[in-house]
Amino acid sequence: MDDKDKKIASLHLKLMPYLEKYGILLLLVIMILVMHILQPDVFLSWRNVTNVFKQISWQSMLALGVFMVIVTAGIDLSVGSIMMLSLMILAVVAKAGAPWYIVVITPLIAGFLCGLFNGLGITLLRMPHPFIMTLGTLYIFRGTGNLISGGTPISGFTDEVRYLGHGRIDLQWLGLEKSQYLPVSLVLIAIVYIIFWIFLNHSKTGKWIYAIGGNPNAARASGINVNKILVIVYSLCGFLSGIGALILAGRTDSGYPNAGLQSELDAIAACIIGGASFFGGRGTVLGVFAGVMIMGILRNGLNLMDVSSFWQQVLIGSIIVLAVYIDVLRRDLGTRK
Amino acid sequence: MSSTTNPLLEAKGITKYFGTITALENVNLKVHAGECLGVVGDNGAGKSTLMKVLSGLYKPSAGSLFFQGKEEILESPRDSQNLGLEMVYQDLALAGNLPIGENIFLGREPTKNLGFIKLLDFNKIKELTNAHLDKLKINVKSADQKVEELSGGQRQAVAIARSTAFNAKVVIMDEPTAALAIKEVGKVLDLINSLKKTGVGVIVISHRMDDIFTVCDRVMALFQGTNFAEASLSNTSRDEVIGWIMGKK
Repeated sequence: MDDKDKKIASLHLKLMPYLEKYGILLLLVIMILVMHILQPDVFLSWRNVTNVFKQISWQSMLALGVFMVIVTAGIDLSVGSIMMLSLMILAVVAKAGAPWYIVVITPLIAGFLCGLFNGLGITLLRMPHPFIMTLGTLYIFRGTGNLISGGTPISGFTDEVRYLGHGRIDLQWLGLEKSQYLPVSLVLIAIVYIIFWIFLNHSKTGKWIYAIGGNPNAARASGINVNKILVIVYSLCGFLSGIGALILAGRTDSGYPNAGLQSELDAIAACIIGGASFFGGRGTVLGVFAGVMIMGILRNGLNLMDVSSFWQQVLIGSIIVLAVYIDVLRRDLGTRK
Repeated sequence: MSSTTNPLLEAKGITKYFGTITALENVNLKVHAGECLGVVGDNGAGKSTLMKVLSGLYKPSAGSLFFQGKEEILESPRDSQNLGLEMVYQDLALAGNLPIGENIFLGREPTKNLGFIKLLDFNKIKELTNAHLDKLKINVKSADQKVEELSGGQRQAVAIARSTAFNAKVVIMDEPTAALAIKEVGKVLDLINSLKKTGVGVIVISHRMDDIFTVCDRVMALFQGTNFAEASLSNTSRDEVIGWIMGKK
């Protein structure tokens, strides 16, 4: 009996790290299976799967940015507004007749500068919490976006500008049908996520971002310039929101005042579902991706089943609470000696 | 022998204000190579503030620091580390979410070049960590263990390992045994004695007379932010030192 208990305990110890790392993927796989069983003809069809990826494309950029911020034990409430402002600047520049390569680069610069503004505000103005600075800029950036566009939608971009959000990679050379294409935005998500995975896990700066979240005093005592790293993190978060704006411009062919409204909350939800901790220092890029996918699949699946969007809200909220509760239980198990 | 040579580290007339509070006033301190200086004082006497000034975390309001006879201005902990001045903080200053090895090398991680990008060299971190922990006879399950999974004594050992991983010349320890189980105290004190033998100057801040009288060569007392008394260990007694802490000579 004792021996058996020990065996279970040691197996438990061996499994825990994997469960901690990949448990969220398990949840994702279960969701996919459930959706497949409920909608066997449609859900895993080429058309629907690419649709899901197109729908999550810009959210995945915001979530990745917010994730980095959350790892430092901070928060960025302004990502939706940064995306909207970047999108509006893109639209205005495009309407002014700028060449496509200028139009494409403007939202990235605008997003980066907005993030830089957040980062400098938090560090130089010594805001008691990033919540306050980014709550302020949530209003400032959206207001500015409406000021420069006059509060009306601006539509009609060239194909080059729309490429990242709307482009298709033809797979007919693989013997597939014309409808079985690869969305460019999916490739973009993969590339950006891989780059940021390498950045966060294999670079000094990435390691320091985790260290700041784990113990900012330890980071400071190690000679790490904590403020500089925070400015970098918020700037990158803004930059990713700028990429989100470029994707959204491609998808909707329009800059509109409500773009990204409340999407900061979706981004935070995806991070939390994906296992990031509000206390900082915890979470993985893979987890964020899974979090974004879970939210995307839930919305898509419920749409397929014609469930009202009100029920979608209730379910997404429940998943957030459930996912974090599972995390709490898992931690209890993990620390049991 | 050490008192005839120049001190390794010397602080002269250190004063530190926090707003209207005077934490330190005109405090002097020196430590020689291979020597252990004990710093005692009641809570609020200014011990920790002095150590934070020495490590570059606080800038002194007045006064100067000399390292190997040369005046140095410390802008950040990085500056003091570059000189070979290391600090083991009372709150340990470890990131619990990172493994032992990454804590030891935090801020100074070895990297490898992959084309034009520099990536962390995890193999080297592990290799160097294991070698260093072996040298200090510190036992842990694995260098990959997260610090939050360690006992208090193990954390202290990691913190000391961290401070000595880069050819430290002076190591400052803030209450190194305060959080330890009895059997772990001896190990840490042994560690301090072996550091001294390698020519490292050690400054130990402690409330525990046992620590002071086991490893230190000299003891100085701070009282209300000023130098109160100082003596070599052979010229004083526990009772006298305890008296200093309470402000009695």
